[in-house]
Amino acid sequence: MQTEQTSTSGEILRFLAPVAIWILVLAVLTFSLSSISPAMARIVTDTLIKVVMVTGLYIFIGNSGILSFGHGAFLIVAAYASAWLTIPPMMKKVILPSLPAFLQTIHLDPFLGLLGGIVLAVVLALVIGIPLMRLSGIAASIATFAFFVVISVIYNNWTGWTKGTASLVGLPVYVGPNVALVAACVALLIAWAFQQSRYGLLLRATREDLVAARASGIPAERLRLLAFVVSAAVAALGGVLFGHYNGALTTANNVYLNLSFIIIAMLVVGGVRSLSGVVVGTLALSLVAEVFRRLEIGFDLFGHTLALPGGSREVLLGFCMLLALILRPDGLTRGRELSFFGKRKSKPLVATPIAETAQ
Amino acid sequence: MNALQMVIDAASVGGLYALTALGLGLIFGVIGLVNFAYGEYIMVGAYVLLLTAGMYWPFAILAVLIFVILFALASDWLVFRQVRRAPPETLMIVSFGLSFMIQHFYVVLFGSLTRTVNFLPDINRSIEIGGLRVAGVSLLQIAATIILTAALALVINYTKIGYQMRAVSENPRMARLVGVNSNRIIAAAFAISAILAVTVTVLFVAQTGSMTPFFGVSLTMIGFVATVIGGLGSLPGCALGGFLVGALTTLLQMMLPSDLQPFREAFVFAAVIIVLLVRPQGLIAVRSAWERV
Repeated sequence: MQTEQTSTSGEILRFLAPVAIWILVLAVLTFSLSSISPAMARIVTDTLIKVVMVTGLYIFIGNSGILSFGHGAFLIVAAYASAWLTIPPMMKKVILPSLPAFLQTIHLDPFLGLLGGIVLAVVLALVIGIPLMRLSGIAASIATFAFFVVISVIYNNWTGWTKGTASLVGLPVYVGPNVALVAACVALLIAWAFQQSRYGLLLRATREDLVAARASGIPAERLRLLAFVVSAAVAALGGVLFGHYNGALTTANNVYLNLSFIIIAMLVVGGVRSLSGVVVGTLALSLVAEVFRRLEIGFDLFGHTLALPGGSREVLLGFCMLLALILRPDGLTRGRELSFFGKRKSKPLVATPIAETAQ
Repeated sequence: MNALQMVIDAASVGGLYALTALGLGLIFGVIGLVNFAYGEYIMVGAYVLLLTAGMYWPFAILAVLIFVILFALASDWLVFRQVRRAPPETLMIVSFGLSFMIQHFYVVLFGSLTRTVNFLPDINRSIEIGGLRVAGVSLLQIAATIILTAALALVINYTKIGYQMRAVSENPRMARLVGVNSNRIIAAAFAISAILAVTVTVLFVAQTGSMTPFFGVSLTMIGFVATVIGGLGSLPGCALGGFLVGALTTLLQMMLPSDLQPFREAFVFAAVIIVLLVRPQGLIAVRSAWERV
């Protein structure tokens, strides 16, 4: 662990190496793919935003070992907050006449809107985290899920402010591949810094054995709360970008429920226990989803247009997910980080059979 | 509206949720799997009813029963058995992936629009008992809940298979060592949960007459929440949890002022958070679920 501060650039490089490589990979992919076509640039942006969201999720789940279904709430809250702050007042007067006066007139820079969204998510995470972080295991997962449902039901029906299942339009669209890439890099660096900090280490100790960690004087609840808040902030970043990438927000068709499950699936397929798992899982599932999307549209084969039947891409995506999980139950990365330059290989982390210890 | 009528309505919705929760809780108790695909057992059954529309109803129900049991066994055999030793979050996402896949497979087969079937229209007719007008299906729901919960309790407590199920749930390795064929026991648990799912399907379709490939999701979510607040691994707890969630939903529906009505679910889930904070181990805690040090 990097507890003592070293100033030599070699040490810093070694400290950042695993995450730097992923940043490099993302950057190369972004620059090479997004120049191909505008459609490709959109796919790249979408994937990078997912990387941000999954990283946010990982900061909490990966370090604390508690599966959270609640992060979708932070996506919603942050996205709408940023929308209220950045939609031009002229439009707000028309589409959201019931907003209070100060929100009606306010018109912030997108960056300040982003900060506003993140701050609101952080406050919410603090308020809800203080009671919820006392819970462990499956009760904690359900409580976070219930929290998500509460938030999503409120936003779904609070039509004066959110337009509910209709679309809230007029968000300035400023998110392209470059902005998303910067956000993804920031997210990965935050996650890495947290993971390598003593707080990250202590929190992982509570993940492996809560009772032993508590007995050693580790304040599990406080550390979980810290991770929850940091992870909410990063997830909120993803949520805000998602809104400003689509230019519209809606709660129709359980968008956020599906989105939260997709990002959890990406994390689990990649491997919950490493930051590399975040990138690998997100890229893998995005790639597979995109391939099947293309196949569904149809492709030419010796002059014949072949296409999968409509709707089958989700079936195939689910199938690939199952296959990946059955073949690699600990995720594609098996919880390992990248290692290189003859640095000793970190041992694969063995999953503790929680089901057995619980009995 | 009189109080007794309200109780009957609350009990019938609660009963439906209790049955859903029992099916989920049984599987969780035996192998520690939160089975999101459970809602799909309910959903595929409804489509069997759609296909067998017009058939004499006992045969239609028999067809559903056979299909759903085979379906549940196949899901165990092809998917869950492959990941028996995986970490719990993987198990959860596996079942979620399976549920996602089945839903979209049914979208490909039947389309995503609502399909309707007129199944047993007679039992929706209201019966008058002592001045109360009660839908026949509500009474049926209450009766089915009581009978199935009792039957399940008898099976778990007094039969050989129930005994072995409890052994597998308590300590799978030890159970194997003393000669319990755990795969067979787990298959039996899946079959029993399929029977519960079929009951939910039949009651649900008889009541609403409609289905979409996604209607199992909300039931699973409610069942899932109910199992946790009831006490994970405790079957009476599951039934109680399902019952309470259903009753609370119905009561809120009747009592909330109309401008708060859309937020009903938010109140239910806020109540769930509060129950979890007060009793994280669930309302009826089982000793074996406590963490041993």
